[in-house]
Amino acid sequence: MNRFHQDFPILKQEVNGSPLVYLDSSATSQKPAQVIDAIDAYYKQINSNVHRGVHTLGTMATDAYEGAREKVRALIHARTTKEIIFNRGTTTGINLVARSYAAAKLTADDEILLTPAEHHSNLIPWQQAAKSSGAQLKYFELEPDGSLDLAKAKKMITSRTKVIAINHVSNVMGTIHPLKELAKLVHAHGGVIAVDGAQSVPHLKVDVQDLDVDFYTFSGHKMFGPTGIGVLYGKEALLDQMEPVEFGGEMIDHVDLYESTWKELPWKFEGGTPIIAGAIGLGAAIDYINSIGIEVIEKHDLEISQYAYDQLASHIEGISLYGPKQGRMGMVTFNLGDVHPHDVATVLDAEGIAVRAGHHCCQPLMRWLNVSATARASFHIYNDESDIDRLIKGLQKTKEYFGHVFR
Amino acid sequence: MSLDDLYRRVIMDHYQKPRNKGKMENDAVSVELNNPTCGDKIYLQMRVEDGKIVDAKFTGEGCSISMASASMMTEAVKGLTEDESLKLVDLFSRMMLGEEVDVDQFPLEDIEALTGVAKFPARIKCATLAWKALEKGLGDNHSKEA
Repeated sequence: MNRFHQDFPILKQEVNGSPLVYLDSSATSQKPAQVIDAIDAYYKQINSNVHRGVHTLGTMATDAYEGAREKVRALIHARTTKEIIFNRGTTTGINLVARSYAAAKLTADDEILLTPAEHHSNLIPWQQAAKSSGAQLKYFELEPDGSLDLAKAKKMITSRTKVIAINHVSNVMGTIHPLKELAKLVHAHGGVIAVDGAQSVPHLKVDVQDLDVDFYTFSGHKMFGPTGIGVLYGKEALLDQMEPVEFGGEMIDHVDLYESTWKELPWKFEGGTPIIAGAIGLGAAIDYINSIGIEVIEKHDLEISQYAYDQLASHIEGISLYGPKQGRMGMVTFNLGDVHPHDVATVLDAEGIAVRAGHHCCQPLMRWLNVSATARASFHIYNDESDIDRLIKGLQKTKEYFGHVFR
Repeated sequence: MSLDDLYRRVIMDHYQKPRNKGKMENDAVSVELNNPTCGDKIYLQMRVEDGKIVDAKFTGEGCSISMASASMMTEAVKGLTEDESLKLVDLFSRMMLGEEVDVDQFPLEDIEALTGVAKFPARIKCATLAWKALEKGLGDNHSKEA
């Protein structure tokens, strides 16, 4: 066990009689005691609503909530906290962009470019935006290993391209996409790039100014934070032009019987009592990331993914591995011969090993891979080589077991 | 919790050699059902004559439990009336909830082998997919006739 393992109380338990090996961090990461304690302290000591009232606790809660926004800004190097909008998660962020930005800007002559490897949450909002505007969805072609060829991608990007909607890291293959180059290409034609960062921010250094992306969304719960909190980053000039999609308290400036005006950024997009404890928990998660160093996490998560890929490829005969051979972030996705991934996951679970099995919210990608489902083992800072060795043993047992029952 | 409770030999036999796998002519009662959480799919077809299921076939994609369950279900309902089939759906659902049911009521004794699935909550939906398709198919057929 590595030195980070002990920070995560949940990992110190047995599941089905064996020490838990948690290999499902791409679905949700575990939470360190530092994050759990911060949420606990908020509720025990300063719980109050924010941005209203003058009492002491209210001020403390507001400071903590807005302090978390500053931590997010620094983490992704946004220019100002006006560009950091708190919401429920990646899905909510993408829906806001698709509805508010795209609905105002898209016409029937326009195109939205995606990859076939998008999570449903970065696909369906764009399908809906296309339906309501008449714009067309177009898809980049993927290479056999699931990666994107920039030269081919370049040919797809034209003056019709109003939006590129793409993940930074694929939640199935771990592919890392060349955002900076894509941003440059789409900007040259007057379009924008909106990025699903759910699988990237937890693992690698993201600098939104350096990448020059227009929108970038991610979720707290995959980066050691609690569920129910997420972030939409958007360039201030773009957010300024956009209308809110949720109306109510907290987001208003002046309210009349027939007309109202909105608060300034970022609050105009945060209608209702915000996710205060969630934001504070996310702030604590960012402190935790910074205490380790995102570069250390990035190196570790790349290395463990590569180790897992190489071990599976060399020790498990008959395994099919999906995605790039190298440079994969945070996961390996596979199938074990004819054994259905649910059955693989059930045998592993009996050994205390938690993996994901299914379509990973990527039905079009499953069809592209020509499978109905896959198993996925995904990693974070608390995993080490001993976990992969347990996975290998578990898969060997799966093969034996199904060899036995099939005989 | 033992894996052998889940993967009984008879289940594996149905998985490897599914009964009634295939398609029928289009005039049969047809229903397609997905398990949206995992992607399992079943396409079930039944020929219903005078309120009786005279034939049933399925195709689909899924794990051992879902496909074995579909194989057993199609075998069990052949020759039953619609009412009898719906009673079986209810019996099966209760078995999946871990209730004690009289397994002798199943026209096919293999189905008892699925009792163990109740101990694996994550897999119950795999086992019930085909039965839900049966229920939906009969319901659709009924509303069409009415």
